[in-house]
Amino acid sequence: MNYKEDFPLLKNSDIVYLDSGATTQKPQKVIDAIDEFYAKCNANPHRGAYMLSMEATEVYENTRTKIAKFINSRYREEIIFSKNATESLNLIAYSYGLDNINENDEIVISIMEHHSNLVPWQKVAKAKKAKLNYMYINDNFEISDEEIEAKITENTKIVGITHVSNVLGTVNNVRKIIKLAHKVGAVVVLDCSQSIPHMKINVQELDADFIVFSGHKMLSPLGIGVLYGKRELLNKMSPFLMGGDMIEYVYEQETTFATLPNKFEAGTQNVEGVVGLGAAIDYINEIGYENIAKIEKEVVDYAIERLRKLDYLDLYLTPNKENHQGVISFNIKGVHPHDVASILDSNNVCVRSGNHCAQPLLRSLGIDSTCRASFYFYNTKEDVDALIEGLEKAYKMFEKYLNK
Amino acid sequence: MDELNDVYNDLIMEHSMNSYNKKKLSQVDYSELGHNPNCGDEITLEVKLNGNIIEDMAFSGHGCAISQASTSVMIDTIKGKTVEEAKEIIDTFIGMIKREITDEETLNKLEEAIAFQNVSNMPARVKCALLAWHTMEDIINKRNTDGKASINCCH
Repeated sequence: MNYKEDFPLLKNSDIVYLDSGATTQKPQKVIDAIDEFYAKCNANPHRGAYMLSMEATEVYENTRTKIAKFINSRYREEIIFSKNATESLNLIAYSYGLDNINENDEIVISIMEHHSNLVPWQKVAKAKKAKLNYMYINDNFEISDEEIEAKITENTKIVGITHVSNVLGTVNNVRKIIKLAHKVGAVVVLDCSQSIPHMKINVQELDADFIVFSGHKMLSPLGIGVLYGKRELLNKMSPFLMGGDMIEYVYEQETTFATLPNKFEAGTQNVEGVVGLGAAIDYINEIGYENIAKIEKEVVDYAIERLRKLDYLDLYLTPNKENHQGVISFNIKGVHPHDVASILDSNNVCVRSGNHCAQPLLRSLGIDSTCRASFYFYNTKEDVDALIEGLEKAYKMFEKYLNK
Repeated sequence: MDELNDVYNDLIMEHSMNSYNKKKLSQVDYSELGHNPNCGDEITLEVKLNGNIIEDMAFSGHGCAISQASTSVMIDTIKGKTVEEAKEIIDTFIGMIKREITDEETLNKLEEAIAFQNVSNMPARVKCALLAWHTMEDIINKRNTDGKASINCCH
């Protein structure tokens, strides 16, 4: 089955899209669902007493229930809609972090965090005179159990960790991290942006206190994100953004706030994004995570095998396949990744080049940027062949100027 | 493919991989860091002036072939010129990359730097080509402000 047929941008196109880690392409079903929403039930949810607004409310709230079921959260009001994972993380940092972190407390994150799960914690640490400590990676580009045990201490109050690295594709041992963090009484903020497109997330089983992800990396429109939080934590937290729909009573000088989930959803929400995310979940369920994992494993294994044969490449990749997922970073030795990406682009191969919003990680690796190919279930072995062909072309262009 | 070879031509490749301008000067009047936070490219320009003549220049740092070559070729182009001439060349180069200047006669004053004209067809790489030129612009602006300040002092 060629899933490209389901994606108008990929169908009958020469584009070899290997940047799904940045954002995925959108299937026709998601595009149609958004069209249908605007054509048939567009109104502002929670606002009108008329039928159309009730319908819009129903569509919006039904999707919340669908997401709750999708990630197996206990209560539907544990699902908060946001703009993206970044906004979800900022919400946690501001509404939980600033109120619960005190002087000399420790916030522990990993060196492979995306800036969105790093810069907000710097802000909290500075504001509260707390310490921001890092779990570093070993030679296999993984965080070892010893490193986890060394960094999570009795003083740790928050642990921020990405499930899968957006640069290395490393799958972190989040079960161990969560277990250890809970043992010392810390809460865990788990960034599932790079994992939920590829693997089933069960929030009750994982037991993380907060989980965030972006819709656009899992087939949904841009501008919709999710924050999952345990109800007892969300209930205790103060609101993040103030405004319409997040209030109960507003007086001239005082306001009381709405209950969950509205407390954290100020202003008119991105309903088309929510509708699109709902349709994306239906589509993922239809294909099935098992099937997605099987297709991706075949293509990614093939990519790794072919890339390992190019001796002019540096690969930033764990040798342990069971700890790797969907993302491959590499460089042609001596050639800047932007030049490589431009040359690949001339062959219609789209890869990302740069620091991938992870400057501290790249600095720790002693580099300032990489090329990154990231895969999804619509990619094929032919896409990998096109990547290899493009890399051969790039290397040939630079070969005679290298090592002069 | 042709377009790509127009960008990654011999001149650009030579300057990017093995530039004789990549060094440190022993005497420096102005040193300025230019940097593209999105891609991590960083170059430091060093300038030694003799009156209003750019007597010597060098650069250090890292970046893609286009930013490295563009820096080196800029140095070749403006070294030995007056600050005013350099400013005019910089404006012309920026105009060329942004496709605001296409008149061949005007572009001829760019000498070798005209080799970057095709970068204007690669929007993703425009900022790579312009990094050094904007940094030099900053140096000239600084020098002009300094100049005024010292005139004020003297009076």
